Amino acid sequence: MKGKLILEDGTVFRGQIFGGSNQTATGEVVFNTGMTGYQEILTDPSYCRQIVTLTYPLIGNYGTSKIFNQSYKSFVSGLVIGELCDNGSSSSMEKSLIDYLSMERIPCLFDVDTRAVTRKIRSAGTMKGVIVSEYTSQATIDEMMKLPIKRDVVTEVTTSDAYTIGSDDKDAPFVVAVDFGVKLNILDSMQRLGCRLTVVPAYTPAEDILEMNPDGIFLSNGPGDPKDVPEVVEEIKKLIGKKPIFGICLGHQLIALALGADTYKLKFGHRGSNQPVKNLQTGRVYISSQNHGYAVDEKSLRKLPLEVTYVSVNDGTVEGLRHKKLPIFSVQYHPEASPGPDDNLYLFDEFLKMMGK
Amino acid sequence: MPKKKNLNKVMVIGSGPIIIGQAAEFDYAGTQACRSLKEEGLKVVLVNSNPATIMTDAHIADRVYIEPLTVDFLTAIIEKERPDGLLATLGGQAGLNLAVQLAQSGALEKYKVELLGTPLEAIRKAEDRELFKETMQQIGEPIPESAIVEDVHAAVDFANEIGYPIIVRPAYTLGGTGGGIAENEEELIEIVIKGLKYSMIGQVLIERSVAGWKEIEYEVMRDGHDNCITVCNMENLDPVGVHTGDSIVVAPSQTLTDHEYQMLRTASLKIIRALGIEGGCNAQFALDPNSQRYYVIEVNPRVSRSSALASKATGYPIANVSAKIAIGYTLDEITNAVTHKTKACFEPSLDYCVVKIPRFPFDKFVYADKTLGTQMKATGEVMSIDRCFEGALLKAVRSLEIGVNRLHLEKIDAWDDDKVRRRLGRCNDDRLFVIAEAFRRGIATIDEVYEITKIDRWFLYKIKAISDFERKLSKEDLTPKTLRQAKYLGLADISIAELTGKTVDAVRSMRLQQNILPMYKMVDTCAAEFEAMTPYYYSTFRAEVDEVEVSDKRKVIVLGSGPIRIGQGVEFDYCSVHSVWALREMGIEAIIINNNPETVSTDFDISDRLYFEPLTTEDVLNIIDKEKPEGVIVQFGGQTAINLAASLAEAGVKVFGTSVDNIDRAEDRERFDEVLTETQIPRPRGVSVTNLEDAITGAAEIGYPVMVRPSYVLGGRAMEIVYNEDELKDYMGRAVKVTPDHPVLVDKYMQGTEVEVDAICDGVDVVIPGIMEHVERAGVHSGDSIAVYPPQTLPAKIVYTIIDYTKRLATTLHVKGLLNIQYVVADGKVYVIEVNPRSSRTVPFLSKVTNIQMVDVATKVALGHNLKEMGYYSGLVEPKPYVAVKAPVFSFAKMQDVDISLGPEMKSTGEVMGIDYHYARALYKAITGAGMNIPLNGCILFTVADKDKEELKQLAKAYAELGFSIVATEGTAKAIRAAGIDAEIVGKVHERSTDIIQMIKLGKIHMVINTLTQGKHIAKDGFRIRRATVEHGIACLTSLDTAWELLRVLSFMRERRLVYSLALQDYVGGGDDLA
Repeated sequence: MKGKLILEDGTVFRGQIFGGSNQTATGEVVFNTGMTGYQEILTDPSYCRQIVTLTYPLIGNYGTSKIFNQSYKSFVSGLVIGELCDNGSSSSMEKSLIDYLSMERIPCLFDVDTRAVTRKIRSAGTMKGVIVSEYTSQATIDEMMKLPIKRDVVTEVTTSDAYTIGSDDKDAPFVVAVDFGVKLNILDSMQRLGCRLTVVPAYTPAEDILEMNPDGIFLSNGPGDPKDVPEVVEEIKKLIGKKPIFGICLGHQLIALALGADTYKLKFGHRGSNQPVKNLQTGRVYISSQNHGYAVDEKSLRKLPLEVTYVSVNDGTVEGLRHKKLPIFSVQYHPEASPGPDDNLYLFDEFLKMMGK
Repeated sequence: MPKKKNLNKVMVIGSGPIIIGQAAEFDYAGTQACRSLKEEGLKVVLVNSNPATIMTDAHIADRVYIEPLTVDFLTAIIEKERPDGLLATLGGQAGLNLAVQLAQSGALEKYKVELLGTPLEAIRKAEDRELFKETMQQIGEPIPESAIVEDVHAAVDFANEIGYPIIVRPAYTLGGTGGGIAENEEELIEIVIKGLKYSMIGQVLIERSVAGWKEIEYEVMRDGHDNCITVCNMENLDPVGVHTGDSIVVAPSQTLTDHEYQMLRTASLKIIRALGIEGGCNAQFALDPNSQRYYVIEVNPRVSRSSALASKATGYPIANVSAKIAIGYTLDEITNAVTHKTKACFEPSLDYCVVKIPRFPFDKFVYADKTLGTQMKATGEVMSIDRCFEGALLKAVRSLEIGVNRLHLEKIDAWDDDKVRRRLGRCNDDRLFVIAEAFRRGIATIDEVYEITKIDRWFLYKIKAISDFERKLSKEDLTPKTLRQAKYLGLADISIAELTGKTVDAVRSMRLQQNILPMYKMVDTCAAEFEAMTPYYYSTFRAEVDEVEVSDKRKVIVLGSGPIRIGQGVEFDYCSVHSVWALREMGIEAIIINNNPETVSTDFDISDRLYFEPLTTEDVLNIIDKEKPEGVIVQFGGQTAINLAASLAEAGVKVFGTSVDNIDRAEDRERFDEVLTETQIPRPRGVSVTNLEDAITGAAEIGYPVMVRPSYVLGGRAMEIVYNEDELKDYMGRAVKVTPDHPVLVDKYMQGTEVEVDAICDGVDVVIPGIMEHVERAGVHSGDSIAVYPPQTLPAKIVYTIIDYTKRLATTLHVKGLLNIQYVVADGKVYVIEVNPRSSRTVPFLSKVTNIQMVDVATKVALGHNLKEMGYYSGLVEPKPYVAVKAPVFSFAKMQDVDISLGPEMKSTGEVMGIDYHYARALYKAITGAGMNIPLNGCILFTVADKDKEELKQLAKAYAELGFSIVATEGTAKAIRAAGIDAEIVGKVHERSTDIIQMIKLGKIHMVINTLTQGKHIAKDGFRIRRATVEHGIACLTSLDTAWELLRVLSFMRERRLVYSLALQDYVGGGDDLA
């Protein structure tokens, strides 16, 4: 069925809607340049309330499998792609992408000139958009456009209850991971290093966390603007100096805010599996997986006890921070990859070392 | 300035002549490297024996040596030039091997030359099987169980241990020469013996075969600071078992999950780090389609064919970046040439699908074994880009120029279902088409085809989708809707016409009426994430927005020459590039259309805009519709471009240069006869026939031997000399399709001296930069002959006649630009054999030695300038005081079952040049550069046809006088003895005791002089002898003319030094201050 992606500024991209005419979506339109890993992207909670455009035009080639999920469900508002492959081929395939999309009820606009969408976003910046069928009335479209995108996205993706996973060993490094929309491979990566993990909801008070007496605290990735969760920033402030802290993505931004730095919205963000980051100390460059629409403002770091450890080779933005005195560090990118390169798994080892393990 | 201190002068080794396994990709890589080094203010010394390349242009390097790529010559050049560094990782396996040899010989140490880029130790670790295995074991990367053997017994023992099938790979070879898969002991023994012979170090690797697994490649870059990135990964459609150079390849991988993609990416990075490579590197993996298991199957510690493909597929200039790394830069210091903003330290993201299909020489080598295996057979390749696999696949198929516009081979139509099904199991160049046909007929399911071919189902779904749609289309009326679907799928107008019974024009006008137009998208390395500067485009019917910013400047389209094949090699790419440069110099925007990923012309910074597209009427017209250029230039893209001239002109496109009508007058037999009558120039007697009866009568009238060939030929395709009626009948039945539209030409075969001329004409004046005389008499294809500039034996009167005829022909044909004429001189008379109203194979060679940039001049002429205003005068340009010899290079070692004897059918894949003030040394350099093992003493085997026995007597005598011992077959020996020369008789092939083949195997014979008895029958002794010389790497001369010239070299060289080198700049002037 014919459908279209309409951007806030009126630009229209045509395609076909998978599903039915009720398959509409509203969200912030972003693009990801990864060539593989569509399922990992679809299940990354950081994409909550976003319409994700994939720049690689052939999607669904290897189907889907539970093992690639980064969360228990998909949080994306909609998917915009080129070809939607109906015949996946892979020994790991359990479902075709089409079946997966139906099951997850993800509105998908396919047969789209996604390169044109990307060029548009690149030059005009991230903006709101809707996926509608060809026959959706203008009035409905206007209404959809008018409705603001909900900002309490962290609430939507965080776990409702705390749970503990990983090593049973009493001497195992014990980490409390605050879930702002954590990707499973982050938890898996730490488990693989022998950690015991207690995953707690986003709004868990600092006291509760400290009471568990962890060896270290991990602040996860997650969706949205870090400034939308000021109460979380307040809790993090209380954690600083108490325990070693490691933050990824949103967690990184929240640490920065808690320490007095500022964040700002990037024009169109960094989303892909090919983003180079440079370690300012060694000069070494690592290819990273990224998914962020906000960044820490480097200028705001002046006079703060924070040093920049990594920057984006592409645009020089801050990609990593370290506290000058305390055992606190964070990265804007995703060392756990999934999807993307695993060049940066060593950061989890660094966290372990920081915990003295 | 380079980051490395004390680096002022760098020597770059090119890859030499084009052979199977080492083609134009290294011209692209070497050119990029030289430019990259010069950009840094370095003096560049280039050595390459191949004159048909851009990289050997005098302006690409400060000092260009067109000399044989041997340790002796390179050492001499090093001694003279004293470079500070040597860059050898961009000259293919040839360059890499030479660097290793130069290090081993102590030359590098002696002259204090630093090996730049990948260190020697890393090269050894990657190339030496045992060291490689150790390294991989250390880092825990799995490689198939294997053993290095130096004899057959060890191979058999190992195979018995791990079981068959077993794969055999010789160490230190290129293109997998001498390798193969053995299913049993007998096959194993055969392959191992051959492999040992080909290996530079007498070793072969035998290992467990993982045939049928997915074959995945990664192109990786590493700098001296240990930064590593992968440029691209590629998936072979053909599973492991087919050499990657012979496989259909897609980029990026299509069927790998992110997990698999990253697993192999991580492995690639681990490997490049463990080996310590600095620059580009290629890693190949076998991935079990049923598990996550994988094996590392090969690593190339250098820029390779796959690197060229990856560069073109992504826009990431691997060779340029590798060169920068070699002189000390790190990836994050090198600017991304595409965005000019970001750095080279990133991984390209593609938002399209790339398909590469190899181009095979089986149209020339009709008797060759077409089976694809671990030994590469393709001469070239095409690449295509689209937003979908189907579109890219179909574009690639029609770029191949094998008379196919979709997945349909006419000959398969005649096969019954059983045969089609059977042939699914045969892995050769037809297989893609057989699969499509099986789906079209509905006689095989995806699963069945998968079980037989092990081609991933994803690809099969796509092929089937095309077949299914074709079937639907052929049953229904063409509606705007189905037309749209057809284009969405990537079918060409001509295919749609074929399937619906409409004319191409009707399809096209319906398409234009419906506004179904291709959109053009940019290749930008970053999937549109950043604004890019690359003027590099491809078309797609799956898009809404077109990205090309069409300018309103003056602009001209240059048509490229497509894939490298026998008869149309890198020389035409050289011409296309020069034409582009000339246009840009004139202030005109130059747009190039080409589909060959190996070439310089498809580098995005050569032209103002590059369209990576098939060279078919539809694809070209679509671009013309969009760009609205003043016109197109067709004369530099070989027969590929010339063949498009008529249809483009018909569509109202202005063809610059010689008019389409005049092209036709030169190429159409009857019209050309009129030209000759008008100009009163003789040609060998001949007739044009359209059926067998006429051919027999015609040949009888003309008198045997006659030369037969189809009209409109390319590289002497299907051309043969026949000596009697039986052979003629055989030819007419086998080699050609004769129809009234496709007449066959029957000409008197004249045994004379062949002379070749390239000239430039502006309609009035005719400039002849040089005349070339062929060493081999007429009858050997001009591309396979040794050509000498200036002529050494032609009397002044003949030269005068040739100048006169050339002028007459050029002006009568109103040539505007280049033309090439082949003459035969017999009994003091000059005859015209053929006229090509376009640039020829010899243009780069002649341009270089005469220092006249022929293509630049011709381009200007085509655009309306005249020769006088450029300072040229009619007539032959005064010959230079030096001699240049162009010698052909063959790839016989890769093509078993191909007869190496020379004839009118072209067989060479490349060429080399020798240049010197002495003719004999120039010749020596040419044949040494061509890889011929010239014995300075030893034993020569003579076995010649009866017709040659008189001439042989003198020849044998002369060789005997030089101290060679002579052995001969009985009849030949009798003739030699009759001349009073001692000749030992050797038994013929079937006479076991003193079997010739045995003697060759045992190394008792150092050269063979053998002329073809008659006919082309493959089972002849002569064929076996000739093949044996190839397998054992000894020289075999199949023309007495070559033997005479070699004699000249040998006697001359007795008293003089063999190695003497000057740079091209020394010969033609310029650059002397550096010497």
